[in-house]
Amino acid sequence: MNMVDSAQPFKTLLGPESDSQRTQYPYVTGTSVVGVKYKDGILMASDMGASYGSTLRYKSVERMKPIGKHSLLGASGEISDFQEILHYLDELILYDNMWDDGNSLGPKEVHSYLTRVMYNRRNKFNPFWNSLVLGGVKNGQKYLGTVSMIGVHFEDSHVATGFGNHLARPILREEWNENMSYEDGVKLLEKCMRVLLYRDRSAVNKIQIAKITEEGVTISRPYALKTFWEFNAFKNPTVGAEGSW
Amino acid sequence: MSKAEIDFPPKGGFSFDLCKRNEMLIKKGVQPPSYRKTGTTIVGLIFQYCGFHSTFLEMLIGCLTKNFKEGGKTEDGVILGADTRATAGTIVCDKNCEKIHYMAPNIYCCGAGTAANTEAVTDMVSSQLQLHRYHTGCESRVITALMLLKSPLFNYQGYVQAALVLGGVDVTGPHLHTIYPHGLTDTLPFATMGSGSLAAMTVFESKYREGLTRDEGIQLVTEAICSGIFNDLGSGSNVDVCVITKGHKDYLRNHLLPNPRSYISPKGFLFPKKTGIDKFFGY
Repeated sequence: MNMVDSAQPFKTLLGPESDSQRTQYPYVTGTSVVGVKYKDGILMASDMGASYGSTLRYKSVERMKPIGKHSLLGASGEISDFQEILHYLDELILYDNMWDDGNSLGPKEVHSYLTRVMYNRRNKFNPFWNSLVLGGVKNGQKYLGTVSMIGVHFEDSHVATGFGNHLARPILREEWNENMSYEDGVKLLEKCMRVLLYRDRSAVNKIQIAKITEEGVTISRPYALKTFWEFNAFKNPTVGAEGSW
Repeated sequence: MSKAEIDFPPKGGFSFDLCKRNEMLIKKGVQPPSYRKTGTTIVGLIFQYCGFHSTFLEMLIGCLTKNFKEGGKTEDGVILGADTRATAGTIVCDKNCEKIHYMAPNIYCCGAGTAANTEAVTDMVSSQLQLHRYHTGCESRVITALMLLKSPLFNYQGYVQAALVLGGVDVTGPHLHTIYPHGLTDTLPFATMGSGSLAAMTVFESKYREGLTRDEGIQLVTEAICSGIFNDLGSGSNVDVCVITKGHKDYLRNHLLPNPRSYISPKGFLFPKKTGIDKFFGY
């Protein structure tokens, strides 16, 4: 595909120098992305933070981007790998537009492409260290799928990456339903993002909600969620036992 | 060449002789064996009447509708909940075990982690509390149980894998604490522990508020345990609930059975003739 790959054959024999070309661990990472299907299309939410190890280094990273006319991609994990994936998708959409045949790649096709890319990289022991959420609407058909770093891919009515799997999916399993309106969907996503904000150490309180429908993509302005810290036990944990903690 | 060495039998407790060797192995890249987690969801919450109203009108309405009906009584207490699955690796070894342990008539403790450790440690502290009650003649306090639990756990430096949710009501009011295997404790309005703790915590973080009534509290605890049962592989089977209020406790064993055995053969199982049992119908 590109120049990087032509250098691979010389370094794929697993000697010590081959390690310098492979992704071993992520450096700048984004945390969870949550996506749901609703009545008119797909809603996706993510925060705008990117951590460098345990520091919250960047606080204005857009981790959801529109792809072509019909899809929306959200990613968690290594940000540089996400930018590289966007570069590949850019090229894909460009070539698709150049055909100029009235057809355009829908979310299912883009999901399939991403699956192939991720799986192939994993087979070369050089993965894109990301978990991707891809949603879109084409010809009235809603589609929401996910691809992981090793190529595990599936389609579902609600997906989440990273910590969202443990914290957001239980809520979505209980409270998601087929015909949610836009307001219901946003409230549900905000509920999930709030729990993630409380319980995920790499979350920041600056979220964006993205919506994709037949008409197109809208990514909201960043905003903060309201949190509640006024529980009595938080204010006075040592009641009845002065001096303890 | 034989060394004149007398082998003393170990006096009890842990022997730390192999620690140096383990460190050397880790440096060489050998992975230590991982601890077997038994998978659980345990939760606790405090329901407490807030005790103040923002407006006089609200107070009046409150008195007339809720409190007046109950005879002006407002309840305070602790509700503990647990699932009932015990696992040994990937096998479910007990489908209906009891994870809410008795500590004192007014204090109960849920245990997650290695089942043997939680049983032993809670039994030990329960008898210590009983002796203390005989000695002082007073009802046990929750913080006493807390100190008695955290000290040995800290002394064993986390090797006794017991993660506990301790709750009870004593003279100073309702209390809820979590105890981690290394000995750290937390005082919280709502708490979850175990492998299903994230799924249960989601429910609490989104739905808990102060001023819950007893029934709302039970409902919320049941929901949290069900979230753990259905979203975590290490938790399953039924929901146990224990409600502790001042001077009274309700141990609701198998409060909810959301996993009934649906496909039981109507014929039953026919044992061979010599066994002595004619037929066995699944339960």
